[in-house]
Amino acid sequence: MSLAALFFYLFAGVAVASAFMVIASRNPVHSVLFLILTFVNASGLFILIGAEYIAMLLIVVYVGAVAVLFLFVVMMLDVDFVELRQGFLQYLPVGVLIGMVFLAELVLVVGSWTFGAGVTGAVTSAAPGVSNAVAIGRVLYTDYVYFFQAAGFILLVAMIGAIVLTLRHKENVKRQSIPVQNARTKAMAIDVVKVPSGKGL
Amino acid sequence: MTLSLAALGPALPELLLALSALALLMLGAFAGPKSTDTVNGLALAALFGALVLVLIGPAEATLFNGAFQVDAFGRFMKVLALIGAGGTLAMSVDWLKIEKQDRFEYPVLVLLSTLGMMVLISAGDLIALYMGLEMMSLALYVIAANNRDSVRSTEAGLKYFVLGALSSGMLLYGASLIYGFTGSVNFAQIAQAAREPSLGLIFGIVFTFAGLCFKVSAVPFHMWTPDVYEGAPAPVTAFFASAPKVAAMAVFVRFAMEALPNVAHQWQQIIVFVSIASMALGSFAAIGQRNFKRLMAYSSIGHMGFALVGLAAGTQQGVQGVLVYMAVYLVMTLGTFACILSMRRKDGMVESYDELAGLARTSPVKAFMLAVLMFSLAGIPPLAGFLAKYYVFLAAIEAGLYTLAVIGVLTSVVGAFYYLRIVKIMYFDEPAAAFEPMRSEPRVVLAISGTFTLLFFVYPAPLIAAAAAAARALF
Amino acid sequence: MSSLLQDYLPVVIFIGVSAFIGLALLVAPFLVAFGRPDPEKMSAYECGFNAFDDARMKFDVRFYLVAILFIIFDLEVAFLFPWAITFGELGNFGFWSMMVFLAVLTIGFVYEWKKGALEWD
Repeated sequence: MSLAALFFYLFAGVAVASAFMVIASRNPVHSVLFLILTFVNASGLFILIGAEYIAMLLIVVYVGAVAVLFLFVVMMLDVDFVELRQGFLQYLPVGVLIGMVFLAELVLVVGSWTFGAGVTGAVTSAAPGVSNAVAIGRVLYTDYVYFFQAAGFILLVAMIGAIVLTLRHKENVKRQSIPVQNARTKAMAIDVVKVPSGKGL
Repeated sequence: MTLSLAALGPALPELLLALSALALLMLGAFAGPKSTDTVNGLALAALFGALVLVLIGPAEATLFNGAFQVDAFGRFMKVLALIGAGGTLAMSVDWLKIEKQDRFEYPVLVLLSTLGMMVLISAGDLIALYMGLEMMSLALYVIAANNRDSVRSTEAGLKYFVLGALSSGMLLYGASLIYGFTGSVNFAQIAQAAREPSLGLIFGIVFTFAGLCFKVSAVPFHMWTPDVYEGAPAPVTAFFASAPKVAAMAVFVRFAMEALPNVAHQWQQIIVFVSIASMALGSFAAIGQRNFKRLMAYSSIGHMGFALVGLAAGTQQGVQGVLVYMAVYLVMTLGTFACILSMRRKDGMVESYDELAGLARTSPVKAFMLAVLMFSLAGIPPLAGFLAKYYVFLAAIEAGLYTLAVIGVLTSVVGAFYYLRIVKIMYFDEPAAAFEPMRSEPRVVLAISGTFTLLFFVYPAPLIAAAAAAARALF
Repeated sequence: MSSLLQDYLPVVIFIGVSAFIGLALLVAPFLVAFGRPDPEKMSAYECGFNAFDDARMKFDVRFYLVAILFIIFDLEVAFLFPWAITFGELGNFGFWSMMVFLAVLTIGFVYEWKKGALEWD
C-alpha cells in the first residue's frame, strides 16, 4: 500500500467518522466543530487527487467562513436540542427499517454497477505541468465568462437578500454625521436669547 | 476568445434586465424609501422592454459555446415568464403599499429572479441550468420572507430555502453523475453520448429530475408548496404560481428533449408516475382546504401534473401541449390571483374563500370573471382550460399512454368539485359584507385574463401555431 | 508518490509535530501531575454562586449579517486568485470580464453601505 493510499484512508475515515459525529453529538456547537473537521479532511482528499486550488478554497471559504456562520446560526437559534431529540428513540425502529430497505436497494443497484465503454476517458484531465489554479484561470474568465458573470449576480442577490431579511435599524439611535458636523456654523450652534428679568424661560 | 458587444445581440433582453436591476438598486439605495414607486415603475418598464426585445430579437442563436441558446421554444417561454413577472409585479405594487411591506428591493429582486428565469429557459448546458435555477430561487427565497415581521412569512421563506437547497443538492449530484457518465455538460453532446442507458446515467437522470420536479412542485416533491403559498404575502404567492413555474417547466422539457431524447423510455416512466401522483394529489388534497391561497397551491400541483402528461408523451405534439397548457395556466393563475389580491375588507385581507359568499350580488362582473376562471381551471368546455387539457391528453393518447390519459380525465372530474364549490358559494350563498373596490391593476389583469379564458376557443390558432413552432425547435 | 504530494510533506510534518505536542500536553498531566481529588475543589467559590442557566445565549442577528457579507466578499476574493496568476495570458477580454464582475459586486457594496449595513448601532 503506497503512502498516498494510506493518507486517503486516513482522510476518508476521519471524514466519515466526523460526519457521523456531526449528527450524533449532543451539543450543537460540537456538531459545528466536527463539521469543520469534516471539511478539513475533505480538503485533504482534494489535495490527494491533485485539486489543490479547490482544497485551499475549501479551507478558506468553508472552514474560515461558512463554519463560523453556522456557529453564529447555532448560537442565534438557541434551540434546545435535547428536547428536539425526544422523539428520536420512539421513531428509531421505523427509521432503521426504512434505512435498511434503502441500504438493500443501494447494494442491489451498486452491486451491478458497470461503467459504459469510453466513459472514463471522456472526462478531460488536467494538462501536465500546469497548476490547477492556472488551469482554472485560463478558461474561467474567457471561455466561461457567462457563468462567471452569472456567479457575480448570484452573489449580488445573496447580498441584497441578507440585508433585506436581517438589517434593522434601532429607533432613536443618535449617529455621528460628519458632513452635518462640518457644516455647522456659529449661527446654527448658538442661540442668543434675551431673558426678561423676573420671567424665566 | 474575443466577444464583441455586437455578438451579444441575442442576449439583449437578459442584458437589459441585468443592467436595469443594477441601476434600480443604486437608485433605491441613494434616493431612499421614497423612491419605491419610481423603482416599481421602472422595473415594470424594464420587464416590458425585455418582452419587446425578446419578440423582435433573432429567432435562432447560440452564444457562449452553446450555454445560451435562443430558439422559438425559448422565446415562447420567455414571453410567458415575462408576462407572469410583469403582471404580478403590477398587481403587487398597491397591495404591498397598503400592507406597508413596500420596499424598493422587492422589484429589484423580482427583476433578478426574472433574469434567472431567462438564463434557465435559454440554458444549453447543465452549468447554465444550475446557475439560472439558483439565481431565480435565491431571489424567490428572499421575497417569500418579504414580510419579515410575520411568523408565517418567515416560515415560508425558511421552508422554501431549506427544501430548495436540498433539491439543488440533488440536482447537482445528478448533474455531476450525468457529466461523469457522458463526459459533457452540453445538452447536445450529452444526447450524443447517452445513446445507451447505463446505470450511472440513469441515477443521474433520476436525481436531476427530482431536483426539477421540486421546482415545478410535482408530487412527491410538492411538500413545500401549500405552506409557502399560504405563508408568503399574496402578491409574492401570485408571482410564485406564475413565472417560476413556467421557467422550471421550460427547462424540464428542454433538458428532457434536448439532452435525453435517446433514453426517453428510461425517464418516461418517471414522468408518468410523477404526473399521475400530482394530478391525484392536486385533486383530492384540495377538497378539504378553505384558504384560497392554499387551494391554489394544490391546484397548481394538479396543473403541473396535467402539463407533465404532455412531457410524458415525449413527442413534438406532447411538447406543444405542454406549451399551450403553460400559457393557459399562466393566464388563469394571474386572473385568479387578481381576485385573491382584492379580497380586502375595511379591517384587512381575508383569505378563506367562504368570504366570497354572494359575490354575484355584491359585484356581479368580478363574480362572473372568477366563475369563468374556475370553470376553466376545472377544464369545462369550451373554455381555455379545457382546450389546454385536450391538447395534452390527445398527445398522450397518440403516444399510446391510454392509462395516463384516462387517469388524467378522472382526476380532473374530481378536481372540478372544489372549483365548482367556489362558484356555488359566489352565486347561491347568502351575501357576506362587500369587499373594498378593486384597484385598477388587478382589475385590468382580471379583465384580460377572464376575456382570454372565455373567448380563447373562438380563435385559438395564433397561440396553437406559436406553440407548434416552438415545439418544433426542440426536435 | 507524485511531486505534487511531496510538496505537501512539510505540511504533513508540521501537522504531525503539532498533534504530538498538543497530545503530549494533554496526556502529561494525567501521568505526572500530583492529584488529590476533593468534591469541595469542584464547587463554586464562597463569594460566587452556581450557574443559573446555560452559558449559551441568543446572539444578535447582526453578527449573522456581518458573517454572510464576509462570506460573499470571501468568495469574490476566491475568484480573484486564478485571475491574478493568469493575468498575463488573459488579455483585454479577461481583464474586462473581471472588471464587470467586480463592478456588479461593487454596486452591491455601495447598496450595503448606503443602507447602513456596515454600521453597528
